[in-house]
Amino acid sequence: MGGLQKKKYERGSVTNYITRNKARKKLQLSLPDFRRLCILKGIYPHEPKHKKKVNKGSTAARTFYLIKDIRFLLHEPIVGKFRDYKVFVRKLKKAYGKTEWTAVERLKENKPAYKLDHIVKERYPSFIDALRDIDDALCMGFLFSTFARTGKCHVQTIQLCRRLTVEWMNYVIASRSLRKVFISIKGIYYQAEVMGQLVTWLVPYQFSHDHPTDVDYRVMATFTELYTTLLGFINFRLYHSLNLVYPPKLDIKAESELKEEDDEDYAMNSESYLEKLSSLSTSLARVVSTAEEEEAELDKFPVEEEDLETMEAREKEQKQQEAQKKLFEGIKLFLNREVPRESLAFLIRCFGGEVSWDKSVCIGSTYKVTDETITHQIVDRPNIDKQYINRYYIQPQWVYDCVNAKLLLPVEDYFLGVTLPPHLSPFVEEKDGDYVPPEKLKIMALQRGEKPANEQEEEEEEEEEDDEEEEEENEDEDDDEEVEEKNLKKMEEQRSQGKSLPVKVTAGKVKVDNPARLEQEEKAEEKRLAIMMMKKKEKYLYDKIMFGKKRKIREVNKLTAKRKAHDDAEKSKKKKTRK
Amino acid sequence: MTPSYDAFPLTPEVPTCCTMEESSSRNMRSSEQREEMEKVSEKTVKKRSKDEEDEEQVEVFNFNNKCSEEEEEEEEDRSDSEDSVFSGLEDSGSDSEDDDDDEDLKVEPEQTLQIEEEDKKKEAAVTEVEEEKHEDEYQHDSSDEEDIRNTVGNIPMEWYKDFPHIGYNLDGKKIYKPIRNKDELDDFLDKMEDPNYWRTVHDKQTGSDIVLSDEQVELVNRLQRGQFGDVNFNEYQPQVEFFSQDVMLHPVTNRPADKRSFIPSLIEKEKVSKLVHAIKMGWIKPRRTEDDSRGRYYDLWTNEDSSLLARHKMHLPAPKAPLPGHQESYNPPPEYLFTDEERALWEQQDASDRKLPFVPTRFSSLRQVPAFPRFLHERFERCLDLYLCPRQRKMRVNVNPEDLIPKLPKPKDLQPFPTTQSLVYRGHSGLVRSISVSPSGQWLASGSDDGSVRFWEVCSSRCMKTVQVGGAVKSIAWNPNPSVCLLAVAQDSVVLILSPLLAERQVVLSTERLLSGQREAESTEEAGPVKWSDVEGEELSQGIRLKIQHPKAVHQVTWHAKGDYLASVMPDHSSHLQVFIHQVSRRRSQNPFRKNKGLVQCVSFHPVRPYFFVGTQRSVRIYNLVKQEMTKKLQANSKWISSMAVHPGGDHVICGSYDCRLSWFDLDLSTKPYKMLRHHKKAVRGVAYHRLYPLFASASDDGSVIVCHGTVYSDLLQNPLIVPVKVLRGHVITHDLGVLDVTFHPTQPWIFSSGADATIRLFT
Repeated sequence: MGGLQKKKYERGSVTNYITRNKARKKLQLSLPDFRRLCILKGIYPHEPKHKKKVNKGSTAARTFYLIKDIRFLLHEPIVGKFRDYKVFVRKLKKAYGKTEWTAVERLKENKPAYKLDHIVKERYPSFIDALRDIDDALCMGFLFSTFARTGKCHVQTIQLCRRLTVEWMNYVIASRSLRKVFISIKGIYYQAEVMGQLVTWLVPYQFSHDHPTDVDYRVMATFTELYTTLLGFINFRLYHSLNLVYPPKLDIKAESELKEEDDEDYAMNSESYLEKLSSLSTSLARVVSTAEEEEAELDKFPVEEEDLETMEAREKEQKQQEAQKKLFEGIKLFLNREVPRESLAFLIRCFGGEVSWDKSVCIGSTYKVTDETITHQIVDRPNIDKQYINRYYIQPQWVYDCVNAKLLLPVEDYFLGVTLPPHLSPFVEEKDGDYVPPEKLKIMALQRGEKPANEQEEEEEEEEEDDEEEEEENEDEDDDEEVEEKNLKKMEEQRSQGKSLPVKVTAGKVKVDNPARLEQEEKAEEKRLAIMMMKKKEKYLYDKIMFGKKRKIREVNKLTAKRKAHDDAEKSKKKKTRK
Repeated sequence: MTPSYDAFPLTPEVPTCCTMEESSSRNMRSSEQREEMEKVSEKTVKKRSKDEEDEEQVEVFNFNNKCSEEEEEEEEDRSDSEDSVFSGLEDSGSDSEDDDDDEDLKVEPEQTLQIEEEDKKKEAAVTEVEEEKHEDEYQHDSSDEEDIRNTVGNIPMEWYKDFPHIGYNLDGKKIYKPIRNKDELDDFLDKMEDPNYWRTVHDKQTGSDIVLSDEQVELVNRLQRGQFGDVNFNEYQPQVEFFSQDVMLHPVTNRPADKRSFIPSLIEKEKVSKLVHAIKMGWIKPRRTEDDSRGRYYDLWTNEDSSLLARHKMHLPAPKAPLPGHQESYNPPPEYLFTDEERALWEQQDASDRKLPFVPTRFSSLRQVPAFPRFLHERFERCLDLYLCPRQRKMRVNVNPEDLIPKLPKPKDLQPFPTTQSLVYRGHSGLVRSISVSPSGQWLASGSDDGSVRFWEVCSSRCMKTVQVGGAVKSIAWNPNPSVCLLAVAQDSVVLILSPLLAERQVVLSTERLLSGQREAESTEEAGPVKWSDVEGEELSQGIRLKIQHPKAVHQVTWHAKGDYLASVMPDHSSHLQVFIHQVSRRRSQNPFRKNKGLVQCVSFHPVRPYFFVGTQRSVRIYNLVKQEMTKKLQANSKWISSMAVHPGGDHVICGSYDCRLSWFDLDLSTKPYKMLRHHKKAVRGVAYHRLYPLFASASDDGSVIVCHGTVYSDLLQNPLIVPVKVLRGHVITHDLGVLDVTFHPTQPWIFSSGADATIRLFT
């Protein structure tokens, strides 16, 4: 024996973790500062495998950080800035207390400020990393840019957010990288493919927020601080990748045109420039003015036959994408004043369409309602008084659905006063076994180039009916068998109870052996027996998987049933009206 | 008393005004004083008039002021000098005290400046005044006189109401009130007689009556009318525009610049030096240049170095927010909308239990879509997730469930095994507890709760014979020796040996020989707990040959493979008399165990070697009968063993238990089960091995018999292959009991099962 007794909780996994309070003390920061630091540096807590061991035997709920992370935070220059700020606040308070206004002024001028450039670089060592993480940044930016200029956060932050988001939208337009869009009840989702990364963001509807009390705006503001820095650098890089000037400048030609029109209306030049940018109606200036960018064509490599298929598929996809990019080209739209201008203008410009709006709605309108060449006018009201013959009056959902379907949908379903077809999420990718709404099937058929027609629908209906009949027949067969079995069972029971049956011979029915069915049954039986032989652990897993599958099937069935009920109700209503 | 002009240095006109007012007020006062003085001392009247003259002079001067500014100076000087004199005297002035103080303060600096000029004149003035002073010290001072009268100060005079005096003088003597003994009558008389009564005022302070003079009355009248007190004051005199558009040639005052404006300020110097020191010491930092780098961006990723990548190996990027489905659309397909029940359920559920965090809603057009009320919350929650949630890499099991199913040889390849129910043996009226097949495979014996033992022909399902034993039959066992035809039946505490006479003659003869051989040794075994007895009469005619009386109820009987030995089980917790081994040929019984090792459930002989298997509640013990010792104890890992069967090879044992399990032991391998089979849903009641084919079966209360293929290899390295091949159903569950016993046909791959529904079934 001999030797020192080993102390508990001094080696092993305990040494890897540190509780939040201890970390805070080690860094000598207050809790808000620590929180801010964690947000900025992207440090998150870790869940130890054996919580009790790490917690030194206690089971109290604690947050654990990796000790390495905290050590990494120790060297962060921003921590010093936080401390400076604390001192600054103390001094300022003192000066206020003594009513030394000069001192207050002087202190305010020397307010410590920090930059987050190095943190962004450190968190995202490569540009692609940064792009991958941009979703939340965009969401937050779009949210903050809708805030009122008073109250919840600094005006500068709001302005910066607005500027950055407008820059982003302009980039997406210039690069034509938007892929999907979805109007949800929360806001409008957009998805763009930027440098191979799918970036999704959510823009709230343009309403004033009633600010809830249970939301900590300091946390959000800290996130926004980081996100604005990140977004700015990303925007810079993206603009340069397209040879655009950053900060964005309008095309000189366009600018001069705009100036003529709107100079009188806007007093503040600085603001009007951002407004013009945010109107999204003009293209941006380039560093090197080039003619139209040449189409990047896939180089053809000599490939083996196996890869040929994938290659072809890729080519096809590429072509499709190209087509989608030019979706609205040659179409001239006009937005009525009641439709969400920014969203629609963004979309239409992203896909190469021409768009304008009433001059009084926003700066940057390019043509008037009276323009005869307008092909579509987007209206969101039940009817409109003065209609031009040579243009379609359609509801805004048409634009969104066209983008998602990657083709120009027939406009008939989207006329004024017509009940709109359902708006489907483009983000749902149905695997086999999932429920596919019939509208989606229709769109898929359109994409394949099939013609939708009412006749076809009717045919389908007939087919459906046939199917039903067949099913019924099958059911009948099953029923027969069941009845027979039941009879047999009854007889057996009676016999087992010792009752003597009247002995008589009934003509037996010839059972038709269905070899396929027999085989199936056999297989099912085999499987059942094999399942019996599974190990306990595997059985558990298997049961779980099967449970999940069954639930999914149940859900699909429920949806189908609901849909069917709805359709039937609709049909009967239609019939009634016809009669 | 005249205020100095310095107090209003910029306005030469206003001072005049002021002086007017002042003088008027003083006029008033002086008139008052005069009246008082008339009363008190006549001397003062003269001086008063003199004073007035002075005042008038001042006024004259004042008016002159407008005309000549040079004279003004003189006037100023004079007034100053006067003032300085008076200020020394009137330190306890009543009304004008404040004014005086102010004036004094303001006057002082001027005095210093003009000291030299004034000196001579001042001296003259002083001498003048001094002369006056000599005449009467208190001539000009009215307030002092008052003070003499009223030394108590400003207190309620009621306090002195009952005293003859008011206050004390300097010497500490009482100052008496003027004698005044007027009563109402006197007062009235005064009123009637005294013409001055209406202008007589009672002064509470001194307690004396004062008769107002004409001037004073006039003053009162004027004041009552709201006019100025001074008669001479013209309130409507023309206004002099002082600040006009005309640029004046001269400054308003002709005062030379102060000296301090030529001397560097000491205070400022001190302040500056403090600042300089603070800057030197670094306490004050120079103003920072405006930093507009916020919002200025550059190419951050010009050189993407990999130095930081090491840290990023550990870093888990936050998962992206899930993408919205069809339900979230503003115009979802109708099947995604909630029905009323779903909505009610959604509202009832706790927020964390809900499948969707929102209610799918349909809007007929885009303009009707309102703001999402929880938008900020959701964003905030995402923020919280990003910095508060511990991140963990979770390995998602991505298995094809089909891969989990073990690859077993197809049952088809493992044939033969019983697949279909071919015969049902009916006849019993109670549940059939036990069945047994004759070693030839032609006969089937069954014991039932209805108190009968029936013998069936296997092929035809005919009941050949029925023996009434007079009680529920617990167990039944056919002698495995093909050369004899005997049957052991356990009924309550008796084991009956039956000779059913269902065999050819040879066999019947050998059976008789076996039974008759017993008699020789009969006499020796009498005293034991077990009694052997022959049967006579009717029972004998039924075929019952022997009765073995046990002390307790017998639950199971089983034969040794040779057919001479018979073991019977009487489960009992408390005694060691649980198992008996009987030798039929010698009619001998013995209890092999001296100790109670637990509740014995079932026993079995080893088919080849002299081993004896005893199944207790949770384990199976194997005894070597030759060495008379325990060789092995098998742990069944189940709660309660119900039945046991030994493989014809003798190296494998299966145990069924009431907790739905079937355990397969490989005796060469371990004392733990080689395999646990949880095929049944309910308690396993019976298990059986086939004698020739690699088959075993288990019967359970769930009404099913499961036939498994169990190949045993002679090669020790290869484990037995166990494959379930068939689930046989047919028995009806009655009173929660399904199949009670199961047994294989000795030569064919057939299986018999007896159930609680009083039937026996044959599956082939």
